[in-house]
Amino acid sequence: MKDFKEKLSGRIFFVLALSSISVLALITVFILIKGTPLIAEVGLKDFIFGMTWAPGRGEFGIFPMIAGSVSVTFGAAVIGVPIGICCSIFLAEFAPAWLSKIFRPVIQLLAGIPSVVYGFWGMIFVVPLIRDYLGGPGLSILAGSIILAIMILPTVISISEVSILALPRQYKEGALALGMTHWQAIYSVVLPSAKSGIVASVVLGIGRAVGETMAVIMVLGNAVALPESILDPVRTLTTNIGIEMGYAEGAHEQALFATGIVLFVVIMIINGLAQYITRDKNKGRR
Amino acid sequence: MKLSAKSSEKIAKSIIWAAAMLVVAVLAAIVIYILAKGLPTLSWSFLTEIPEGGGAAGGIASPIVGTVLVTAVAVLIATPLGVGTAVYLAEYTKGGAITKIIRFSAESLAGIPSIVYGLFGFIFFVMYLGLGWSILSGGLTLAIMILPTIIRTSEEAIRGVPGSYRETSFSLGATKWQTIYKVVFPAAIQGITNGIILSVGRSVAETAALVLTAGSSLRMPTSLFAPTRTMAVHFYTLAMEDISPANAFGTAALLIILIFIINVGANILLNRFISNKGKKKEAKGGKRN
Repeated sequence: MKDFKEKLSGRIFFVLALSSISVLALITVFILIKGTPLIAEVGLKDFIFGMTWAPGRGEFGIFPMIAGSVSVTFGAAVIGVPIGICCSIFLAEFAPAWLSKIFRPVIQLLAGIPSVVYGFWGMIFVVPLIRDYLGGPGLSILAGSIILAIMILPTVISISEVSILALPRQYKEGALALGMTHWQAIYSVVLPSAKSGIVASVVLGIGRAVGETMAVIMVLGNAVALPESILDPVRTLTTNIGIEMGYAEGAHEQALFATGIVLFVVIMIINGLAQYITRDKNKGRR
Repeated sequence: MKLSAKSSEKIAKSIIWAAAMLVVAVLAAIVIYILAKGLPTLSWSFLTEIPEGGGAAGGIASPIVGTVLVTAVAVLIATPLGVGTAVYLAEYTKGGAITKIIRFSAESLAGIPSIVYGLFGFIFFVMYLGLGWSILSGGLTLAIMILPTIIRTSEEAIRGVPGSYRETSFSLGATKWQTIYKVVFPAAIQGITNGIILSVGRSVAETAALVLTAGSSLRMPTSLFAPTRTMAVHFYTLAMEDISPANAFGTAALLIILIFIINVGANILLNRFISNKGKKKEAKGGKRN
């Protein structure tokens, strides 16, 4: 009886552990089944590089959305990454204990706030500011980049901070003992040693920005056109799905799933990259 | 011209402090703005009345119930799967290809955008399994989304249990399962709960995946097969369609308060877990001396 229970429990845990594999497989299979027929029909090249998205006329080109995703994500990274890395250095190196005790929960709260709330705040606060002071419709790449920059901060900050804190104390102490100032030690010893973790945090932050939907629907303006300036409205891959899925049918619905495939592949590459970077780091340490 | 070490230290320090304060200021600006505009709307009747006119009047009782039910389904499904996976990863596996694939899958699931989960939930739960737009479809989709969080936090919690606990249990003649069930679980339970609470927060905040799977009905749900609209989705609809700014702010304020409570709860649990672990380690060290 005892033996039986032992074997059974081991088996059960193994089966439960297979859940994430099977779910990932199901997601991949179902999205591919639904989306690939349309890509096959339109042609992969025309689907990805096509400039016209007119589902009513059966034209499905998502290049403007790809350009939208890339520009908004790039903007978010330009704004969010330096601030995020500064915050992680602040937390790991400069903040007095009492302050980091307040600061960490603040970052957690930042991560927990629903994306629609960020979008809404962007819509009623950031968008009018841009419209009034910089011109254009306000709903723009810039507005989306600012909101996404805020949203990727928790990812960048927490992962960078962990990788800085994980460094052996001797690194910094050695540098200080050689007469470096605190900042010189951070700049020339701490940051280079924590590089892989920091890079991974940036890659994951970029993944988060590429995948965000609801917040950017509210601030991007969602026009399907190649943007000419950061004050132009754009549509991203995610918002294309979010906006049109509600009423899409037939080929149009398939095209949205095909958009999902492109998004899925991009995210898997980004994730794989992040996992690869951190795995390399772990190897180096052992 | 080269900056002296002292002045570059000063400049770097001030930039880093400024960045940190900027982040706090932005968060404060968002939270204070939403609360200032939303708190006046929050009242007992707002919480207990069913929305009328698409949310233009009345309260948000049915979205609150919808949120609770969808979240409950998600947590009830994901917890056994996630904790079970964590036990396997922390206690049973000896490495190998399957373990690597399990880890890869869990980490990949964590990065998949919620809109892709929405697409999957729609095609699989809503259409293929015929569950329709329903609490069940939404909850199952969310269960997949929160699975990686529960796996990661549970595995950390289980690995945090000192090895001496297991050795003592084994030396008393307990089997592996008995050890896990009676020794490891009780010691790790606060850490595991912390992960579950964080997942509740993620479920409450989710929109994109639920728009495509749970529907947008404002009626009070009568079964798990009924469509519903969670608070976050309701807020999104109110804001985007400009139905009622006051009710939108009120819903947003309630969401922020909920997330705040959830985060504080998770933190209290986590701190207790860490300090318990500290105590246990001290006790262990004491005995050895």
